[in-house]
Amino acid sequence: MADAPIIIDPKLCKGCGKCVKECGFGALKMVEAPGANKVGKIAEVDPSACRACSACVKSCPFKAITEAKREVQGTADLDSYKDIWVFAEETGGRIAEVAYELLAKGLELKAQRGGGARLAAVLLGHRLPDEAKESLIAAGADVVYVVDDPALADYEANVYVDAVSQLILKHRPEVVLAGATAVGRAFFARVAVKVRTGLTADCTMLKVEETKNKDTGVMQMLLHQTRPAFGGNIMATIMTPNHRPQMATVRPKVFKKAPPDPSRRGEVVLEALRLIAAKTRLVEVVKDPGSVDIAAHDILVSGGRGLKKAENFEMLFRLAKLLGGEVACSRAAVDAGWCPVSRQVGQTGKTVAPKLYLCFGISGAIQHLEGIRGADTIVAVNSDPNAPIFGVADFGVVGDLFEVIPALIAELES
Amino acid sequence: MHVVVCVKQVPDTTNVRINPETNTLMREGVESIVNPFDEFALEQALELKDRFGARVSVVSMGPPQAKAVLRDALARGADDAHLISSRAFGGADTLATSYTIALAVKKICGGAPDLVLFGKQAIDGDTAQVGPGVSEFLDVPLVTYVKKLEVEADASGAAASWRVVSAMDDGDHVVEGAFPAVMTVLKEAAPPRFAPLAGAMKAAREQIEVLDEKALAADPAKIGLGGSPTKVVTIFPPPVKGGGEKFDARTDAARGARAIAEFLAKKGLVK
Repeated sequence: MADAPIIIDPKLCKGCGKCVKECGFGALKMVEAPGANKVGKIAEVDPSACRACSACVKSCPFKAITEAKREVQGTADLDSYKDIWVFAEETGGRIAEVAYELLAKGLELKAQRGGGARLAAVLLGHRLPDEAKESLIAAGADVVYVVDDPALADYEANVYVDAVSQLILKHRPEVVLAGATAVGRAFFARVAVKVRTGLTADCTMLKVEETKNKDTGVMQMLLHQTRPAFGGNIMATIMTPNHRPQMATVRPKVFKKAPPDPSRRGEVVLEALRLIAAKTRLVEVVKDPGSVDIAAHDILVSGGRGLKKAENFEMLFRLAKLLGGEVACSRAAVDAGWCPVSRQVGQTGKTVAPKLYLCFGISGAIQHLEGIRGADTIVAVNSDPNAPIFGVADFGVVGDLFEVIPALIAELES
Repeated sequence: MHVVVCVKQVPDTTNVRINPETNTLMREGVESIVNPFDEFALEQALELKDRFGARVSVVSMGPPQAKAVLRDALARGADDAHLISSRAFGGADTLATSYTIALAVKKICGGAPDLVLFGKQAIDGDTAQVGPGVSEFLDVPLVTYVKKLEVEADASGAAASWRVVSAMDDGDHVVEGAFPAVMTVLKEAAPPRFAPLAGAMKAAREQIEVLDEKALAADPAKIGLGGSPTKVVTIFPPPVKGGGEKFDARTDAARGARAIAEFLAKKGLVK
């Protein structure tokens, strides 16, 4: 049996029972202990029910309850961790595209890992449609862990953290991946802390390879997590050798999704969890009708500092319409107040992978280039022949965008 | 009301380069700045000071020179500043950092604070993980990507509850809750104020408390490199894609436009 995450000092416990009321998981009860104190009872913890929330630690007026010291040098029993998990973010019955991209990568990682590791998807929500579960299996999941609970109907960071942490502690996956979306980034970081492991954000390359653990000298199958650091100026490969699971987030559109295979077979496992109560209340979701998902478009016409003012983006909208695309921009254009942040491409904006990225007046700071690495074709127009954007453009035109754009519009209209 | 703002001193990342021969960071001549997102967090806290008389504490973790960002915060109006600094903290990843900052927050507040604010991410690491990590160690509810924070007062005029607008992928989430809370804030939250000259002069004289592992009673196994599950194994320069065809249209824009149209047609990208 596992050690309890909390320790009750029988000498300090006065048998008041306050902790029993505080415990949201029914993990504490009072047991007879004649002579221990005036009431002759002390608190006892059920280690399998205790979730280390430490509510009891705080509630005890006599400081009789302390958190047990954890194994700090690393996770115990590393070999018991095996499967590869992908968090499948869901909103209104729809799975975020990045989950399918991660499952495609997960299939590669599973093959590299070998040893009978399975690929699993984790799906949280309420009244989840069967098609969502089936789509995850068609994308490669051998198992779909489903937590269907009214408390998960809307995203609430604290409940999400609880649900995923519980599943990780129960099933012991070796690798857990999530999309670096607003939801994924926020709650995943807290999950990693809760289960006391490492998390590498915004990975752009992932592979599993047999690697020597520098601390123990043992050969292990480790996840090599590569990400840009220092604003994309440097790539760093990071590993989590002594803790499990090995956790990473990946931005949307960094990996390519694979075509679904409806003939795949997989298992749907319904998990009934006792979840903590929500700590915050979602009043409403306000959708901005003007907001666009630039990552969803195959053709992007993008403008930067060289556009000089907001009105000049009108030309880009006309061009985008002619090409059947959408308008994007660089950080400089957002900082200048010409465009909303929802259209921003780059390290602090969105990562995009369009078929065509046609950009004007963008010099190509490394942070911007990081965001367009997945583009099939890049065409750039800039007045500076030495602009770094030309280093990545498939076709570059050195010239005045205020002359080139109207001419190009005329060319495409004719 | 006690608000703790966590700020980080970062290199101006636009200038960091890698030495291709030695594969190490070239930091010479790189200026240190306050992480821009943290300035919005500080401003948000100072607004709560203006309105509710909140005590604003600022905390930073870093080498002794990180005192500069704390002085800047004091100059703008923060009440007290604390630097978490020791060799023992070196090499901390987000888990060890979160643990250490949480200890400092508890120490400064003598328990749980009402509100801990972070910028949404630091521009050097870009992980956005420490705010959520600290919330776990403090066991306090977490709200991220806050672009608007409204605080409701109770009958006595004290801060009672909050309502935020949190920018998520599917739209703006309007979320309500009670204190305590940990929040990470966006640029939209509040444009930072300038420090008055008098503030800067006062800040220069003010004491900054330095917290080391002893002051925090930190578990040695949970701090610094040793307390960090993630290990950076290698760093290398980003792959560079070779540039393609280049066309000089400085004297004839129309020809440049035609060349683009032809290139797009060749690629099958025009209808």
